[in-house]
Amino acid sequence: MGNFLSAILSSYEGKEDELIPILQQVQEKLGYLPEEAMLEIAKFTGVSESKIYGVASFYAQFRFTPVGKNKVTVCRGTACYVRGAPRILEEVERRLGIRDGETTKDLEYTIDTVACIGCCALSPCMMINKEVHIKLTPPKIDKIFSK
Amino acid sequence: MIMIKITIDNIQVKAKAGTTILETALENDIYIPHLCYYPDLKPVGACRLCMVEIPGRGLTISCKTLVEKGMVVRTESPQTSKVRRTAVELLIVNHHADCLSSTKDTQCKLKEIATYVGIEEERLKRLRATTKTTPIDRSNPFFDREPDRCVLCGICVRTCEEIQGASAIDFAFRSYDTTISTFGNKPILESRCESCGECVVRCPVGALRPKDYQKPSREVKSVCTYCGVGCGIYLGVRDNSIVSVRGNTDSPANEGRLCVKGRFGYNFVNHPDRLTTPLIKKNGKFVEATWTEALELIAKKFSLYKKEQFAAIASARCTNEENYLVQKFTRAVMGTNNVDHCARLCHAPTVAGLAQSLGSGAMTNTISEIGLTACILAIGTNTTSAHPVIGLQVRKAAKHSAKLIVANPKEIDLCRFADVFIRHRPGTDIALLMGMMRVILDEGLYDLPFIEKRTEGFEAFKKTLSNFDMDFVEKTTGVDRKTIIKAARIYATSKPSTILYAMGICQHSHGTDNVLAISNLSLITGNIGKPSSGVNPLRGQNNVQGACDMGSLPNVYPGYQKVDDPEVKKKFESAWGVPLDPSRGLTHFEISDAAYDKKIKALYLVGENPILSEANASHVEDAIKRLEFFVVQDIFLTETAELADVVLPAASFAEKDGTFTNSERRVQRIHKAIEPVGNAKPDWWITCQIGKKLGGKGFDFSDPGEIMDEIASLVPNYKGISYDRLEKGGLQWPCLDYKHKGTQILHTERFATKSGKAKFISLEYRPSQEIPDSEYPLVLTTESSLYHYTSGAMTRRVDGLNILRKQELVEINPEDANRLGISDGQTVRITSRRGEVQAKAKVTDVPLPGVISMSIHFAETKTNLVTNAALDPISKTPETKVCAVKVCPVKSFNHREHRGKDIV
Repeated sequence: MGNFLSAILSSYEGKEDELIPILQQVQEKLGYLPEEAMLEIAKFTGVSESKIYGVASFYAQFRFTPVGKNKVTVCRGTACYVRGAPRILEEVERRLGIRDGETTKDLEYTIDTVACIGCCALSPCMMINKEVHIKLTPPKIDKIFSK
Repeated sequence: MIMIKITIDNIQVKAKAGTTILETALENDIYIPHLCYYPDLKPVGACRLCMVEIPGRGLTISCKTLVEKGMVVRTESPQTSKVRRTAVELLIVNHHADCLSSTKDTQCKLKEIATYVGIEEERLKRLRATTKTTPIDRSNPFFDREPDRCVLCGICVRTCEEIQGASAIDFAFRSYDTTISTFGNKPILESRCESCGECVVRCPVGALRPKDYQKPSREVKSVCTYCGVGCGIYLGVRDNSIVSVRGNTDSPANEGRLCVKGRFGYNFVNHPDRLTTPLIKKNGKFVEATWTEALELIAKKFSLYKKEQFAAIASARCTNEENYLVQKFTRAVMGTNNVDHCARLCHAPTVAGLAQSLGSGAMTNTISEIGLTACILAIGTNTTSAHPVIGLQVRKAAKHSAKLIVANPKEIDLCRFADVFIRHRPGTDIALLMGMMRVILDEGLYDLPFIEKRTEGFEAFKKTLSNFDMDFVEKTTGVDRKTIIKAARIYATSKPSTILYAMGICQHSHGTDNVLAISNLSLITGNIGKPSSGVNPLRGQNNVQGACDMGSLPNVYPGYQKVDDPEVKKKFESAWGVPLDPSRGLTHFEISDAAYDKKIKALYLVGENPILSEANASHVEDAIKRLEFFVVQDIFLTETAELADVVLPAASFAEKDGTFTNSERRVQRIHKAIEPVGNAKPDWWITCQIGKKLGGKGFDFSDPGEIMDEIASLVPNYKGISYDRLEKGGLQWPCLDYKHKGTQILHTERFATKSGKAKFISLEYRPSQEIPDSEYPLVLTTESSLYHYTSGAMTRRVDGLNILRKQELVEINPEDANRLGISDGQTVRITSRRGEVQAKAKVTDVPLPGVISMSIHFAETKTNLVTNAALDPISKTPETKVCAVKVCPVKSFNHREHRGKDIV
């Protein structure tokens, strides 16, 4: 951690207004913002760690947990929503034992939700990595993850 | 100040230019609803409730709009009402309304505003009520956080940042989910929060509220009894118990601020462990006794050991009046100058050193000036832990663009704000400071006009600086020369610059030299005798300054008047009506030695716990056990009191009248809030009784005010001090007559030396007495925790403080920990040539490699069994800050291994 972070920080002066670019670079590198990195950035920029957490939690682009190998993206767009997306999400959460936005302990799966993945006619749907699963029902979810 | 006229609601009012409409209105008793405004915080205009109308300009928020000449303001109009009502309605629907049980009930501002604005129930019903059920954060032992009652005014966030400088909380997340959060949204206990409670006091609703709150039935003005800052407080009383403490905003020392100990650490007063009756030891066991029995036994025994066989230890925890009486009793009744107190273990080098160079050993300036200075050198002080409210001034100055130089072997909290952090080896302060002066001299940054006009001995001093070239300084301190040069330049070129120091300077075998190095540094740059400059020793105990002023010292009478000066002796002989001993008495540690050698046979110990607080504690314990008669007067049965023949129950600070003198020389009144618990008595009363029983004259006082009158008649610096005057507020000595307003800054015109000039003192570097070697390779240094106080007699009896810090933790650098095979949280044994203790290790970058750090608060881990009692030759202060130790992990019993062996 130390090495890659000091490499990132070396191109900055340690000013308050550099905070967001630094966070973006760390997120780009690691896929998330680890606590130790934010503490180090706090020391470097002189911005308190609570404020950094405030900034990072405000923007949707930042996350605090690592991303799993497989990204499960559940659609919560209007069409999916009316056709039971909440129950689909609930089932995915139950199946993986994590909540929306979290990653499983073995770093295999991360659940994410989006507003639309563009196949409303086949709703409710979700994506696992680049593969789209359509016309979902809870038993179907079970089958997908049993594979 | 320019005053302008404005019109608010057709009333013409005077307003200070530069203030806001809201401030002006409130000052003139005109109410404008507001939630996010707080007088000493920067306005943010978040709540939109203070909206007013300025005809021709429309609506504006009054908390951020400055007054202008001739301005016309309407606080109420159809438009303002509409805006306010909507804002309040939105807050209420997102807020749990079952506030009746809230401790903020009577002061809930949201309720007050809802009433003022007039809320229609029907409209509320149409809005969707909150469904939020965020769990209450009950992790902090002193207060709870209930996010669902929060109105997001941000007062807590701004207080934590602007006032406390801790920045433990901030706004987090977005829109409906916005909340006040710690880093990582963890419980507040796991955050940077210092539990000062300032946000709890200011929260306008019930989101932050004290635990187990009881509203007091009355409040009594007093002064905090912990460290030497001397914060003004109001003790909240219900029946005969202290139920709350509130900061006194009129008190110049703290301006209403308090730390966690001061605000929440009051439960020791009514603790069941308090001593409530005199105890006499019979056949090795304490038996309850009456005051008459105890006092008669003491009188009988003390009369056998007059003069050099007797010694008294007075107390920096007790009032000026009580210290005055203990030394008067020792000198006038027992006929000896063997009286000392715990200043010997802390700031005796300050008293000895500054008396020599400046003529007076106390803070030269005032606490409130620190926040306004241009540069602070904080050396040997972990200010935010040991003097938290002075720490706020340092953080404030650093935020207002003052330069901050921190010199400490440990990376303390203040380093977050520092421009330069000098991490020198423990015990090398003289090399560091003389090195800085060498830079100042070589670069011509010294103040020659000041040196010529106000000082003497500069030429001789200049020569000794030649011994401190940068090669030597760098090698000795272990600090890169660039850092030292940078610090020297900043200190010398900022005007004014001030120096703060504490135990890290004093508790060395060369403590007095350290102090003199500091005074030399301030003199060479002319940073003394001016506002926000000076030499500022931060005193450790509530009344350690006063105990010194009162002559609880073996070489001086009250007011630092020397016992071996025949004129002075005559003055006190005529005042007290008895012949007095012309020779100096023994110091604290010499008293222990003399007791060990059976030269001192009787000891009267008031309010101290030397078995935990003194260096090389096992020697002290052995010495006490060799006494023939030992009296302890305290509020608890301390580890030391267990060894006494007679224990006298004393009243706590909340149970008596008197005065404390704080670190900035301010004499402040404490008032009796409750009756003494059980049969306890005020210390002044007890000493008077013992004095009278032994036939002493001049112990017929009926209240402490009379004692202060006697003090004023004998101590020139206290001459103008009386209880009548103190009722109006504290007075800083010197206060030379009843009209004198006291002295904010010392040495403005002349120094308190005989010649009126300050003296440069030539110094040599002497290493600490015990240097690490192959057998004891690490340096142990000691520290104070924010959450505990000295030997813990009081703070260890406050449950919440024990949650915040429950045990001793040995701080050790990861480098050393790895080498020694020590992991975080593991129990380790610390051994020195004098003893050993065990404690849990905390592996952290805070101490330098090669240095470990421990506190002295825990009776289970008696750190002072290990420390070195090498004395400073001048002040006789032991070297608690440096000793050589070895550390090894304590192997835990391994069941599996053991079982294996059994089978074999």
